[in-house]
Amino acid sequence: MSEVVGKLKERFGGAVLAEEVSCGQQVVFIAREALPEVVHFLHEEMDFKHLADLCGVDYQGYKPKRPVSERFEVVYNLYSLSRRELLRLRVPVPEEDPWVPTVTPIFRVANWFERECYDLLGIRFEGHPDLRRLLMPEDWKGHPLRKDYPLEPEEEWPGYEKLREKARELSRFEWGGRRVRGGEHGA
Amino acid sequence: MEAILKSALPILILVVEALVLLVVALLHVAYTTYAERKVIGHMQQRIGPNRVGPRGLLQPIADVLKLLTKEDIVPLGADRSLFYLAPLISLVAGATSLSVIPVWDKFVLANVNVGLLVILALSSLSSYGVILSGWASNSRYAFLGGLRASAQVISYEVAMALSLVGVMLMAGSMNLAEIVRAQTATPFKIYAIPQIVGFFVFMVSAIAETNRVPFDLPEAETELVAGYFVEYSGIRFGLFYLAEYFGMVVMSAVAVTCFLGGWAGPFEVPGIPFFWFLVKLYALLFFYIWVRATLPRYRYDQLMGLGWKILIPLSLANILVTGLLKLWV
Amino acid sequence: MAPKVEIVQRQFGHPEWEEPFVVNMGPQHPSTHGVLRLYLELDGESVVRCDPRIGYLHRGLEKLSENLTYTQAMVLTDRLDYISSAANNVGYCLAVEKLMGLEVPRRARLLRTIVCEMARISSHLLWLATHALDIGAMTVFLYCFRDREWLLDIYEKICGARLTVSYARVGGVRLDFTQEIVDELYRFTEEFPGRITDYETLIDINRIWLKRTKGIAVVPPEKALNMGLTGPSLRGSGIPYDVRKFKPYDAYDEVEFEVPVGKNGDTYDRYRVRMEELRQANRIIRQCLDKLPETEGEPVIAEGAPDLLMPEKKKVPEAAPHPKRGFLIKGAEVPVVPPGEVYVSIEAPKGELGYYIVSDGSGKPWRVRVRAPSFVHISAIPEMIKGHMVADIIAVIGTLDVVLGECDR
Repeated sequence: MSEVVGKLKERFGGAVLAEEVSCGQQVVFIAREALPEVVHFLHEEMDFKHLADLCGVDYQGYKPKRPVSERFEVVYNLYSLSRRELLRLRVPVPEEDPWVPTVTPIFRVANWFERECYDLLGIRFEGHPDLRRLLMPEDWKGHPLRKDYPLEPEEEWPGYEKLREKARELSRFEWGGRRVRGGEHGA
Repeated sequence: MEAILKSALPILILVVEALVLLVVALLHVAYTTYAERKVIGHMQQRIGPNRVGPRGLLQPIADVLKLLTKEDIVPLGADRSLFYLAPLISLVAGATSLSVIPVWDKFVLANVNVGLLVILALSSLSSYGVILSGWASNSRYAFLGGLRASAQVISYEVAMALSLVGVMLMAGSMNLAEIVRAQTATPFKIYAIPQIVGFFVFMVSAIAETNRVPFDLPEAETELVAGYFVEYSGIRFGLFYLAEYFGMVVMSAVAVTCFLGGWAGPFEVPGIPFFWFLVKLYALLFFYIWVRATLPRYRYDQLMGLGWKILIPLSLANILVTGLLKLWV
Repeated sequence: MAPKVEIVQRQFGHPEWEEPFVVNMGPQHPSTHGVLRLYLELDGESVVRCDPRIGYLHRGLEKLSENLTYTQAMVLTDRLDYISSAANNVGYCLAVEKLMGLEVPRRARLLRTIVCEMARISSHLLWLATHALDIGAMTVFLYCFRDREWLLDIYEKICGARLTVSYARVGGVRLDFTQEIVDELYRFTEEFPGRITDYETLIDINRIWLKRTKGIAVVPPEKALNMGLTGPSLRGSGIPYDVRKFKPYDAYDEVEFEVPVGKNGDTYDRYRVRMEELRQANRIIRQCLDKLPETEGEPVIAEGAPDLLMPEKKKVPEAAPHPKRGFLIKGAEVPVVPPGEVYVSIEAPKGELGYYIVSDGSGKPWRVRVRAPSFVHISAIPEMIKGHMVADIIAVIGTLDVVLGECDR
């Protein structure tokens, strides 16, 4: 057990749900309510100044044993430049009410990471200043990185039909006196 | 009948002369584009156009044909009449300036006494084309380009006009042919040496006036896509292109006339009286191209700073010194 | 508690609200390096608000990877930062190797280091070319492309592909170098430092270049780290964070190189850092080439490296074949890749490229997360652009060296 985990346990006893070492990397499970305090503590006092990565994982249908068995997890990879140490925080998020407090006030970089996570997994980040979709169109339905989201959806994005309609409309327009033939999609 | 012919003959000659000048100038413009592509190509370790005709010599003609046959698109919200008018203003203003430039001693299309003023007036008129096209296109990029052009015109027109004042003072005339003759009478034969500051200011502002790198802010390909002519296509785009190169040729011709001694040279070349004029013109055109291959682009505010804080004070000081010298020497 | 982030947003209905002059820069724009779209509110030439909109190149790489085997998914990483695909492969392979506990032969590690640094040179050359072109110096562009072409030719000799190389494999590399490639690389490393000096003479002392880059988009070190900048963009601010030094992978612990850092954290310093990195990359390639003969004849791929088509579960016969019928008796199932999770990052040319991979024991990754430097860097654009002009936007995009394939994934 590394020094950091000891300090974390000492300071936030109940919030540290579990800890493990995976491939030589220290992992700590944190309760989501205590997350901002934990991250703030790590940032200010333990010198974890670099939030290397923030992402969500959907564990629906995951077979191997896990210390905490909620459907989602938000993973924070923190790196300390002074001690050259990587610490991974895993925050379990239940399926029914997927929210996590934001860490944007502490790490600016978390802003887009959280937006992306919200976009792709549907986890809300409470207190985030600008929680919009990032990679998907604004009117997209569903969250593609969820395990129950099909790789090839049955119905297509409604905006796509509109685009095709527009293309058809334009193809009927007379360009320079000549009628452009075709233009019907696939016709 | 004879009387009519007699009175019509000068006009006829004038028309023919104008046509000849225009055709020659157009050829020059066309082959400036070719030369630019070739020269820059070699500066950048590539070949440049070499597919159309021997050594790519027919490339400009192919380009014009291509532009002529392309579809002419007018954007929906555009102010149509202004949109059509803008490239013509630029081109006509550029081309008209040629008429007052003395190519050699005996050939000036319009030997007006205020030749320099005509050129200054027309060159500011040509920037109206730029501004109007920026306004008429109903596009944000074009609008920004037009804005930049108008600011640029104000600051560089002043510097350019002031830089020419020194020449006027020395020559005591605004007639361009007179200026050349006055130059050959001086010990240096050219004004570029006594008026070195004026020459420098003129060349810099001429580049700005023709919207060339490093002052190509109104078009700034990588910032405003193509700036004021982003919405133009086909031959209208071609007209703008033509106007830019006309501007280059005219500005170089003015520089040759006012600072480099016009048609005069170290010795007479028999049969080609305009030989030295062309040599100097080509040298300046090469300078334009060379600058384009070398320099990055200024930023808008830096350009303004350069104009107002360096070029205008410099040319004012130049006028003062020239005036004082003229008084006492 | 930590301070709150201030979000500048002049809402409609606010007494000081007036209709802003909105320009959509991109997704089709010559200098947004792909399909980046910047929603800009301008006041004349100054930028009031900038909101990057991304996703135009979103191909769902992370989702796709979950449905491919580990080896198949590696090919997708080529398409992340398509300018330095070799480095992306290596990062991914390192992560999977760490999960599987594979030991990579030394020769393979040296070869990987070489292709990684080649990717760095090729990426930095493209960056220099486009950055200079954006600012208006068009000649540098073609000079850089001449040398990049040379590198791409070497890539072609190494593995047959120029852009999406897929050269690294889980457990090693695909092919060994031939003598011809080594010779060519020696020639390259011999000549390249002179070329760098050429580029520097083209723009380094150009006053317009200095005016356009000095003092533009200054990022103080703490802020740079907080905004998540990595790679040359961070080192330009003076923080010597380089994954190659902090967490050495492949052969980086046996070569000597320096990590250049800037002082002021402006565009010019980031430019200097990258130019210096070109020299260091050249040096690393040279050292690796010198070490190659020591490993002559070693295999280039580890024992037990996975095949292209990995099974869902590996079946291991427990007993001998069936005495009468001849087929194997069904044995126990062992995981192909042990369950677990790993975060491995490498120093890609653009910055820290991290892979977070979760395994559930089958032949397919459960979750592949790519921490793309370009994604983070684009999120920093609004902060860096504050108070600058339209012309500086392209300088900022250029200095961050973003690639949209990596940003959108």
